[in-house]
Amino acid sequence: MIISLEDVTKEFVVYRRAEGRWLRRERVRVRAVDGVSLSVSEGELVGYIGPNGAGKSTTIKMLTGILVPSSGVIRVAGVDPQRRRVELARRIGVVFGQRTQLWWDLPLRDSFDLLRYVYRVPSARHASNLDAFVSLLEMSSFMETPVRQLSLGQRMRGDLCAALLHDPSILYLDEPTIGLDVVSKARVREFLSAVNRERGVTVVLTTHDLSDVERLCSRLVVIDHGRVIQDGSVASIKDRFGEFRTVVVDLEEPGPPLVVPGAEVVKVDGPRQWVRFHRSATTAAAVVASIAATAKIRDLTIEEPDIEDVVTAVYRLGALSSPSGTARAQSPRE
Amino acid sequence: MVETLGIYRRLAFARVRADWQYRGPFIGYTITQGLISVLDFVQIAVIFGRVSSLQGWSVAEVAFLYGTSSVAFHIGDVFVSEVEFAPKRIRLGTFDSLLVRPMGAMVQLCADEFAFRRAGKLVQAVAILVWAMAAVSVAWTPARVGVFVMMLVAGTAIFGSIWVITSSLTFWMIEAGEVMNSFTYGSAFATEYPMVVFGRWLRRLFTFVVPAAFVNYYPALFVLGKSDRLGGPSWRRFASPFVAVVMVLLASFVWRLALRHYRSTGS
Repeated sequence: MIISLEDVTKEFVVYRRAEGRWLRRERVRVRAVDGVSLSVSEGELVGYIGPNGAGKSTTIKMLTGILVPSSGVIRVAGVDPQRRRVELARRIGVVFGQRTQLWWDLPLRDSFDLLRYVYRVPSARHASNLDAFVSLLEMSSFMETPVRQLSLGQRMRGDLCAALLHDPSILYLDEPTIGLDVVSKARVREFLSAVNRERGVTVVLTTHDLSDVERLCSRLVVIDHGRVIQDGSVASIKDRFGEFRTVVVDLEEPGPPLVVPGAEVVKVDGPRQWVRFHRSATTAAAVVASIAATAKIRDLTIEEPDIEDVVTAVYRLGALSSPSGTARAQSPRE
Repeated sequence: MVETLGIYRRLAFARVRADWQYRGPFIGYTITQGLISVLDFVQIAVIFGRVSSLQGWSVAEVAFLYGTSSVAFHIGDVFVSEVEFAPKRIRLGTFDSLLVRPMGAMVQLCADEFAFRRAGKLVQAVAILVWAMAAVSVAWTPARVGVFVMMLVAGTAIFGSIWVITSSLTFWMIEAGEVMNSFTYGSAFATEYPMVVFGRWLRRLFTFVVPAAFVNYYPALFVLGKSDRLGGPSWRRFASPFVAVVMVLLASFVWRLALRHYRSTGS
């Protein structure tokens, strides 16, 4: 296990104005991460998802050693990240999607050059990594441009390169695709999957963008209210929580919406109809058979459940199954 | 250690190159900083236009105090005062990026915020010190030269430590920057004059609480061969290195504590 968390909790003390009392503050303990246990094997590509404030960033910060857990045990690459933070820094790469690590007023190339010294990377190794990343990320056209003049997509590519130049065995990304356009997102995903596949880098990324997870991650960890509510492969979670599937049929001739027991037609477009069914009500085979009995089918496809719907279902069920899930803030203390 | 200094140099130089992108303000600011601090000394000269000595200290001797204090203060200002940027970076969320690199956060912070323009004041301070050393009537024996060098080193360490300590405290009180400035700039101001001009409580404050008097007043008594009108024990004249070591240890402890506090609150 390259990363393991055992019953990790992180509490913050926040102050808020006491109700009806002027100038009086209340001390409130907020549990941002609440008993998370998790382990990641070398070479995995894990998507860590959850709504805002679920504790994703807090977890990532504890894994880098920036934050100290209130309780529980964390091991990253065999060491305690909070105690061996500076030493561990050499073995991990971190990308915070909202904040760049690059030198704002200097040409992009200078940032990479400085990082070589900060991480003490042998110069031949640095040069070969840089060559590889510049071509993979297609950065050669803006290497001499000051970082402040780069587009968001270019800057993100720069940040990815910066996080990997020292050959880390683990890469953490906090919202790496936030604010990027479709093309840039695709490029970032391709790059991450290449780095994971070819260099064996273990990748943990947090995201709001579920298409990241679907295209990229072998494993999905869903967190809400500081607790892990689902952990498994994307396919298995879809299987468990994907409640609706859709049969799309192209009929020989356009006609009125079909009548199928246990399913309903949600959309009609000429001869093409979308027949949606709940997995508890019927099966794809029964739906197809029933349609074939009443109309001539030219072609058909079965649409898998949409990841957005799956995750919505996970959140909904997660909130129901964890009793203290919604009562995070404990009673105020003076 | 040597390697760290090498990286520091590269990071600080990167900052200078970045500032050089805006070279108009950069040059202007460096020059005006030097000029403004000349006015600082003019203020002392004006006082001597009215009186010939301050409690037995001649203008050259006060200039010597001013020069040693300013040189120590501005070396600290150029290389260490950057820690003041910690609370600002915490607010902006850019402090974290220092913590994920394989280097001490303070070295990175000081290099990253390095401001060459502050060197303008240092030039002026050195000029006044050189003039004062020529003007005071002192036989420069090896012992005096030794104490003189020691006072600059210890003074820089003491001022640097005050900066680190006050900046560390702002981890708990993000908005307290102005109060903290009164300790750093306040102690620099106090050491521009002989301690004898201050009242008893201020003298005690600058000896025992914020030990600025050890930056120059006590060692200067020895270098200039003066007696302490306040009758302090004579070992104080040689105590600066010990005070400096204690201050550096204290500063490093408080900084670690602050970092630890930050890492457990993440505020």
